[in-house]
Amino acid sequence: MSIASLPSDQAPVFEQKRTVNRTLVLPILTVLTLLGVAAGLYFALAYVGTDKVQGNVQRIFYIHMPAFFGAFVAFGAAVLGGFMYLRTRNTKWDTLGLAGIEVGFMLALINITTGMIWSRPIWNTWWTWDPRLTLEALMILSYAAYFVLRAGVENVETRRRFAAVYGMLAFTTVILTLVIVRTTAATIHPVVVGGESGEGAFSLNATPGVGAALGVNMLVWGVLVPVTLTWYRVRLQNRAEKIAAIKAELLTK
Amino acid sequence: MQHRRQNTPLLKVAYSIAVKDVWAEFRSKELLSAMLLFALLSLLVFSFALELDRRARAEAISGVLWVTVAFAAILGLNRSMALEREQGCLEAMLTAPIPRSAIMYGKLAGNFAFALIVGLILLPVMTILYNISLISLPLVGVLAAGTLGLAIVGTLLSAMTAQTRSRETLLPLVMLPIALPIVIAAVRASTGLLSGADSEVWGAWAAILTAVDAVYFVACSLLFDFVIEE
Repeated sequence: MSIASLPSDQAPVFEQKRTVNRTLVLPILTVLTLLGVAAGLYFALAYVGTDKVQGNVQRIFYIHMPAFFGAFVAFGAAVLGGFMYLRTRNTKWDTLGLAGIEVGFMLALINITTGMIWSRPIWNTWWTWDPRLTLEALMILSYAAYFVLRAGVENVETRRRFAAVYGMLAFTTVILTLVIVRTTAATIHPVVVGGESGEGAFSLNATPGVGAALGVNMLVWGVLVPVTLTWYRVRLQNRAEKIAAIKAELLTK
Repeated sequence: MQHRRQNTPLLKVAYSIAVKDVWAEFRSKELLSAMLLFALLSLLVFSFALELDRRARAEAISGVLWVTVAFAAILGLNRSMALEREQGCLEAMLTAPIPRSAIMYGKLAGNFAFALIVGLILLPVMTILYNISLISLPLVGVLAAGTLGLAIVGTLLSAMTAQTRSRETLLPLVMLPIALPIVIAAVRASTGLLSGADSEVWGAWAAILTAVDAVYFVACSLLFDFVIEE
């Protein structure tokens, strides 16, 4: 079923037939995600009460933490993609790995940027060398190195193999970012980290509104956004590869 | 590759590869001299850059030690894999009827030995330059565990980056974040040791370091086969 062997003007028709179910799923997911983001914003900005101590700035937390959860999910999908690629050598798993890491990378950037915006009024600085913050920055850099690695290998098969291996190894930085507060900071930065991860501080006197706002946003940013974006990225990659195949076909004629 | 090949036993191959590396190094002294020179320069640069007084030195010294060791190790790893490539030795090893993981264990033994030697030489040098005694058996143990961890991830990643277009530049980029758990645990353990903290405190970090080593050893052994298949 090689699309490359068909004339390029017939390719879209062929694709429509094959993916008639999938073409329905993606628009539905897209609408759900957009509605979800809107609902999440409503919950975070209007529904939930203003934080007594921090004021309105605290509302950014409802995006901040769910975005990290989303990054975790996307990077986790990349680990699955890498593992399955090495086992099956099926290209679709490598595409999942690449898509997961790109989406996770973006969500991690959202996470760190919202964190910085929050820390400017609260800690009076854009940046501080808090262990978790530093590790998160390193995590982002380690995934940036993933793109450099991919770009550095010319052989397609080797590139996929290396990307799978490195994508799995790089997940250690994600785990480290998660656990570091439990090992180091509990003794060295107790106040700072209480503010950063927030949960401890909130759960003590959390109103039901806080739980609802956090729950909705966790669902939206942790599940809907990464799944939808990864889906789009996989589709984009598939199309790019098809185009490359068609190009190669035409050039050899 | 259809028929089953008679493989040479894994440990024997790994041993021969390690011995080959050590002998080549003994004759050329290429790796160790570069690593040591770099390490010494790094120590001097650090002491100027940080303008350390006595107290600051005590606090920063284990950080200086581990950053220096990590960068020196990267320097050596790059060169070690480049030599394998340039001489066509990697290809020969891949063609030979030997288990692939033996290549990993052999290279690992050599890389570990060189990194540890550099670290061991740094201890007395830093003791003199920074006027803080670094010569103690527990610290040597931490040094061994830390350099082992660096050698484990470094062997896997250098085998990978050696096959890319931007070889030497890429290794530090991919290795530093992955090696970070090792460096953090090693720095914490050394700082605890040097500041005379309870053995419970630095012992916990030494235990974490050992655990990270073990996890990476298993993970990298499993992944190495995928890195060098051609």
